[in-house]
Amino acid sequence: MEKEQKQFYERLEQKGVSRRDFMKFCTFLTATMGLSSSFVPKVAEVFAAPSQRPPVVWLHFAECTGCSESVLRSMYPWIDELVLDILSIEYHETIMAAAGHQAEENLQMAMKKYAGKFICVCEGGVATKYDGGWGKVGGQTFLEIARDVVPKAAATITIGNCSSFGGIQAAAPNPGGYVSVEKATGVKTLKIAGCPPNPVNFVGTVVNYLLLGKLPALDELGRPLFAYGKTIHDQCPRRAHFENDEMVTEFGSEEAAMGYCLYQVGCKGPETYNNCPVVKFNDGTSWPVEAGHPCIGCSEPNFWDTMTPFYEEL
Amino acid sequence: MRAVEDAVGVTIPDNARIIRNLLHGAQFQHDHIVHFYHLHALDWVDVVSALKADPKKTASLSENVSNAPWGGSAYYKNVQQRLQTFVDSGQLGPLNNAYWGHSAYNLPPEANLMASAHYIEALRLQAKAARMHAIFGAKNPHLQSLVVGGITSVRDLRPDRIAEFLYLWKETQDFIKNVYIPDLLAVASFYKDWGAIGGTTNFMAWGEFPQSSAEPQSLYMPRGTIMKRNVGGIKMATQDKVTEHVQRAWYEDGKNLHPYKGETRPLKENPDYRPGGGKYSWFKAPRYEGASCEVGPLARVLVAYANGHKDVVPLVDGTLSQLDIPVQALFSTLGRTAARGLESVAIGNAMEGWILELVGNIKAGDTKTYQSWDMPNSAQGVGLNDVPRGSLGHWINIEGGKIGNYQYVVPSTWNLGPRDEKGQLGPVEEALIGTPVADPKRPLEVLRTVHSFDPCVACGVHVIDPDSNEVYKIKAL
Ligand code: SF4
Ligand code: SF4
Repeated sequence: MEKEQKQFYERLEQKGVSRRDFMKFCTFLTATMGLSSSFVPKVAEVFAAPSQRPPVVWLHFAECTGCSESVLRSMYPWIDELVLDILSIEYHETIMAAAGHQAEENLQMAMKKYAGKFICVCEGGVATKYDGGWGKVGGQTFLEIARDVVPKAAATITIGNCSSFGGIQAAAPNPGGYVSVEKATGVKTLKIAGCPPNPVNFVGTVVNYLLLGKLPALDELGRPLFAYGKTIHDQCPRRAHFENDEMVTEFGSEEAAMGYCLYQVGCKGPETYNNCPVVKFNDGTSWPVEAGHPCIGCSEPNFWDTMTPFYEEL
Repeated sequence: MRAVEDAVGVTIPDNARIIRNLLHGAQFQHDHIVHFYHLHALDWVDVVSALKADPKKTASLSENVSNAPWGGSAYYKNVQQRLQTFVDSGQLGPLNNAYWGHSAYNLPPEANLMASAHYIEALRLQAKAARMHAIFGAKNPHLQSLVVGGITSVRDLRPDRIAEFLYLWKETQDFIKNVYIPDLLAVASFYKDWGAIGGTTNFMAWGEFPQSSAEPQSLYMPRGTIMKRNVGGIKMATQDKVTEHVQRAWYEDGKNLHPYKGETRPLKENPDYRPGGGKYSWFKAPRYEGASCEVGPLARVLVAYANGHKDVVPLVDGTLSQLDIPVQALFSTLGRTAARGLESVAIGNAMEGWILELVGNIKAGDTKTYQSWDMPNSAQGVGLNDVPRGSLGHWINIEGGKIGNYQYVVPSTWNLGPRDEKGQLGPVEEALIGTPVADPKRPLEVLRTVHSFDPCVACGVHVIDPDSNEVYKIKAL
């Protein structure tokens, strides 16, 4: 363990990441997860030397791969560490080197070898009309795959709005009868909501699992409370403008340049539970309201139907 | 967005145009790096063979061919050890069960180790490069600062934000020039035979990066079509010549329609794969003047080359002479993969000028990023551009202030679309004909050509070998 930890820090330093930066990140993640600061060294341990890498089976259904792309942007831990050193990604259509029959074999082998022990991550909605015929991989429908794999997992994380709530293809009139993975399988899933979600919320959930051996506390929709416990509105730096009735009424206006509240140009922050204002995206670079754009409510169920028109006041 | 802007008749401010170009330029840099290293490299690079490499020799190879900022035998020893630990763990994860050891892998172990190390470096670099999007676009993926009429991130037109962008741009462009291109050339030199495999016939590019409000005249990557590989006979491309054909796709049969009149009527059934004369694809078949066309980096580079583009011509000529291959070799899998790298250099370089232009505007007091507009009762509009994977067009009819009809024809529809009513093949279908396959059960060579198109489709491509008549299902990702 110690030797591995030493190697880990050496590697970090080679990359120009100091031990201090790394501990700073662990503190950030620990805080994001809502754990007390005494957990910081333990969080660091999870990244430095996992004893056995937990097997992950990542399924793609009807989606745009935006959620996988989002996880690829993870900077602490770097995505190569997630893939090579922390997790064991047994099956993932986009990143695995195998293709065709060999790829499908990987899925079957992982399910056998790790029955009841693997984490299943699902991305995308599941078609149910026409025997699920509108979505297939290798001749098998998404519906068949989901019903086969998900019940065999130790836990299933649905990443993104599509697998969590059906997503864009489930928006009215939903011609293919798309539903969430939970609806398709009858198995309760942990939902990392968003379109796509912040990778920090996915990593935080995984760390919680590795650290405490269980999934984090959830809200009634199945979203982890550490990330989805408060509204955007309650954490928004523009909130004072809202209270003072200082409103942007048109993009490109004086008020927009002054950073006033975006409520009247359609901000859905008051009805959206997520932590964007606090953790921000891409290593804390920005988030929609900071970039002058209203929140569109992407972490809420059926937001394509319930939060549109995006540019009209709630 | 451009389709709606065309329909409502709004011209976006100069700054909005520049910022969109910068965001899109960053998208090209990012996507092409990820495609080369993470979605395509393992078709050419055997990671398992890298374990046999001599780190010392790898270090000198890498010093010879690339200007990578990392290297040395200690570095390569470290990477090799990490791979070895990974393999020894018995948990091969994403590397499990691939075509390692296949006879079509040509690289020596040292080149495999060098490329594997850069695969890992590129994973990190792409996460950094994506931050360019967050600076003016809130986040990546799925940017959220673009609106009809311009952009919303007016408060980010600050010196510190622009400097941050410039810094990330430089780091990314350095990687492209010092690592990506040298790797591309090094790998290509072992696979020159792929300059005669996987080519297609017709090419179309809408072009991208308007340098003023005049389109298509001011596009940095120009618009045009090249038919029957006749580079000298290049013509301007116009949107009215596009039709979509559904006879072989899982849609109700109908006429060949222009997108303004386009219909999307999927079959209300569990669709059957019916090769031979029947329907077999979720893609419609787009055609330009009735012809199937390849879109993407190769089409763009050919169109630019034919136009005598000042930045693209020397890049192409230099590469051909360095690899010692003829111009004809561009019409191939190798040419497609090389074109992707070359346009990354050209577009990435051009971005620097755009950043300076933006700075100049702000200095002169121009911070306008949005133009207001009114929704007409009825109107029609088209937006044409080129994204990393190829030509993208959106067509909208506005009726009663709402969407009456909306159709888009996307790059992967052009490239992966099925046959049409005349039996004309789609580009990927055409490119695969004649691919040498050493082992039909492990068709690595097929993956090379399919992946070279950067297909955006998490679905099955069905390949039939005309000799053995065996049907293989190959996942194209
Ligand atoms: S939830 Fe959003 S980002 Fe994720 S796959 Fe669906 S549409 Fe894409
Ligand atoms: S910008 Fe949105 S989230 Fe922020 S205060 Fe205004 S309404 Fe609330």
